[in-house]
Amino acid sequence: MSLTAEAKRGLLRTMLRIRRVQERIESEYLKDEMKTPVHLYIGQEAIASGVCATLRTRDAINSNHRSHGHYLAKGGDLKAMMAELFCRSTGCSKGYGGSMHLVDVEHGNMGTSAIVGGGIPIGTGLGLAFQMQKLDRVSVVFFGDGAADEGTLYESLNYAMLKKLPVVYVMENNGWAVCSPTLTRQCGDNVFHKGAPDRLFSAKIDGNDPELVYETTFQAVERARKGEGPSFIECTTYRILGHAGCVAQDPKGYRDPAEIEAWRERCPVCAYQAKLVSEGVVDAQALAAAEAEIKAEIDAAFAFARQSPLPTAADLHQNLFCE
Amino acid sequence: MPWSRIKPDTNEPEYLSQDMHGSATHAAVTSEPFLQHSPGIRRISYAEATNEALSQALSLDPRVFVMGQGVDDPSGMFGATRNLHLTYGRERVFDTPLAETALSGIAVGAALGGMRPVYFHNRPDFLLLAMDQLVNHAAKWHYMFGGAVSVPLVFWACVGRGWGSAAQHSQALQGLFMHVPGLKLIMPSTCFDAKGLMLSAIKDNNPVLIIDHRMNFKQRGIVPEEPYTVPIGKGVIRRNGRDVTVVAVSHLVTEAFVAAQELAGEGIEAEVIDPRTLRPLDEELILESVARTGRLVVCDTGWKTGGVTAEIAAMVAEKGFGSLKAPIARVANPDLPTPAGYTLEQAYYIGKDDIRRAIIRTVRGQEA
Repeated sequence: MSLTAEAKRGLLRTMLRIRRVQERIESEYLKDEMKTPVHLYIGQEAIASGVCATLRTRDAINSNHRSHGHYLAKGGDLKAMMAELFCRSTGCSKGYGGSMHLVDVEHGNMGTSAIVGGGIPIGTGLGLAFQMQKLDRVSVVFFGDGAADEGTLYESLNYAMLKKLPVVYVMENNGWAVCSPTLTRQCGDNVFHKGAPDRLFSAKIDGNDPELVYETTFQAVERARKGEGPSFIECTTYRILGHAGCVAQDPKGYRDPAEIEAWRERCPVCAYQAKLVSEGVVDAQALAAAEAEIKAEIDAAFAFARQSPLPTAADLHQNLFCE
Repeated sequence: MPWSRIKPDTNEPEYLSQDMHGSATHAAVTSEPFLQHSPGIRRISYAEATNEALSQALSLDPRVFVMGQGVDDPSGMFGATRNLHLTYGRERVFDTPLAETALSGIAVGAALGGMRPVYFHNRPDFLLLAMDQLVNHAAKWHYMFGGAVSVPLVFWACVGRGWGSAAQHSQALQGLFMHVPGLKLIMPSTCFDAKGLMLSAIKDNNPVLIIDHRMNFKQRGIVPEEPYTVPIGKGVIRRNGRDVTVVAVSHLVTEAFVAAQELAGEGIEAEVIDPRTLRPLDEELILESVARTGRLVVCDTGWKTGGVTAEIAAMVAEKGFGSLKAPIARVANPDLPTPAGYTLEQAYYIGKDDIRRAIIRTVRGQEA
C-alpha cells in the first residue's frame, strides 16, 4: 500500500510537532518550572508517528517513561500534556502523574507506566478485553530495548500468541538503557528473532523511516483486526539526547560522540522533510506555515500550563479509590 | 495422611449474627430450627459459598471472568471455582500460564478495557511474583492519573497452612499488602462473608485482594441463596464482652471465639471482633469496643513484626490510648519461615490456647 501525499504530510507534521515540543521542553527545562523527570523522544519521532497513523481513535496504546511522542501522535492534547509537566490541576493526570504518567482515555491512551516492561502485559490485557468483547479494536504497546530485558515481554508474547490477541508490540531499540548499551545486557541485537515466526508476525525495520514504520505496522494492525494474532516490530533507532532531563544534565563519557554524531546525521525529521521536499509533496512555504502553527500551539500550551492552577493540599487525598 | 483429614469439616460457631450491613443482631438466625422454616437459607461449605458468589457474578454481569492456573481443573481451586467452566464456558473461566507477573498485568489491562477479572492465584506466596503489577500498577492506576482510569479487578489467594506446606506454600502475607495504599484487602472468616465479600469485591471499581485461608475451607455455615453483598470496610462483633476486646482475622476468629467461650466460665467476658476487611479497616468499631473494655488483644495468621497486629495495635495506641487499662497483647506467628515437619509446625502456629493465654494476661496482668 502506498501513502497518499496528504498522509505523508500528516506523518511529517506529527514528527515535526513532537520534535518541536521536545526541543522547547529541553530548552526551558533548566528554568526548573517543570519539576518532573522528562525523558525526551528526540530521534525516535518516526516510530510513534508511523505507528499511530495506522490506528483509529478507539484503538489503545500503552507507552512507557519516554511517552511524549506516543501521547501526541495518538491525538493527545498538548495543553493537557504541558500542564501535566508543569504539575498543574489542568494536566491530563491533574498533576498526580507528571511527565512519566500521561493518560488520554478519549484517544485510547489508558495510562503510562514508568516501570520498564510494566506496560507490556497491560497492553496485552487490553487486547484480551477487546477480544472477549468482540470489539474491533487493536492494542499497541510501545517499549524500548531495556524492556526486552524483562520477563514480562516473553510472558506477554507467549500469552498473546496462545490466545491470538489483537496486540502489536512495537519495540524501539534505541541502543541504550540509561547508560548501558544493548550488547552488555543482551546476547544479541535481534530481539525480534525471539518470537516464534509461525505464530507471530515479526519484523526488524529501520525505525527512522516513518513510511516503513507505517507500512509494517499497517500490516500488523490488519492482521490483528482479522483475528490473526499479535505482531512484533523491532524498530532500530537512536536516543539522540540523554536518558533523562536536558542536554546539560546528561552525563558525558558513556557514549562515543562519533556515534551520536552519526545518528544526528540520520535525523528522522530532517531526512523525511528533505524526502518530501524532493518528492514535491511539501514546499518551503508549507513547511514554514506548519512551523509557525506548531510554534503558536506550543506557545499557547506553555502559557496555558503556566497560568493553570496548581493542585493544593486539599487534593492530596482525592482519587485513591474510584467510587 | 491427606490434608482433608487434618481438620474435619465443622459447622461455624454460633456467632452473634449480622445483617447484610454488618451490624450485630442476636443469634436467632443461626439456630437450626430457623433454617428449616427459611427457604433459601442453607448451611453450605465455604467452597460452595465462594463458588456460588462467582457463579452469580458470572451470571449477572457479562464483564466478569475468572482466570488462574487450574481454575478449570477437577479440583477447581479447592472447590471455589469447580465446574464453573462447564456452565459459563472456557472463554469466561479459563486456565492461565504460570507467568504470574504478566498475567497479573493482563488482568489489569483487561480491567482497563472494560472487563472485571477475578484472578485466582492459589497461594499468597505466588502473589510475590505479581507484586510489580499489584503494587506498582493496579494500586496506583486510579490515583496516578488523577482519577481518569480505574482498575476493577479481584485477586484471590488462599493461605496453605499445615500438612508440611513449609516456607513457600503457607505464607500469610496480608501485612505486606496492608501497607499499600490503593489496594483493598479482605480476609473473610465465615461462609456468609466469603460469598458476600466476593460479590462486593467484584462489584467494586478498585483492585481488591482477598486473602483466604485453608482452615476456612473446612467450615460449613449459613448462607442465603440469593446474591447479596457484605460491605467492604465494615467489621462485625462476633461475641459481646465487657472485659477485653479481641480482634482476630480469618480462621483465628473461630479460635478467638472458642477461647472466649471457654473463658466465660472463668469469669472473663471477651468481645470478639472480626474486621473482615483489613484495608479499609473499620477503626471505629475497634476503638468503640476498646473504649468499653479498656483492653486489646490482636490476633493474626501472619508474622508479628511490621504486620497486621502491629498496625492495629499502633492504631489503637494512637487513637484510643486513653481507654487502655493494660498493655496491648499481640498473638501472631513467630518471625520465622514456616517449617515443614509437623512437630515444628505445632510449635510454630498460634491458635486458641495462645489467644486464651493472651486474654488472661491482659485482663489479670499475669499468666493463668
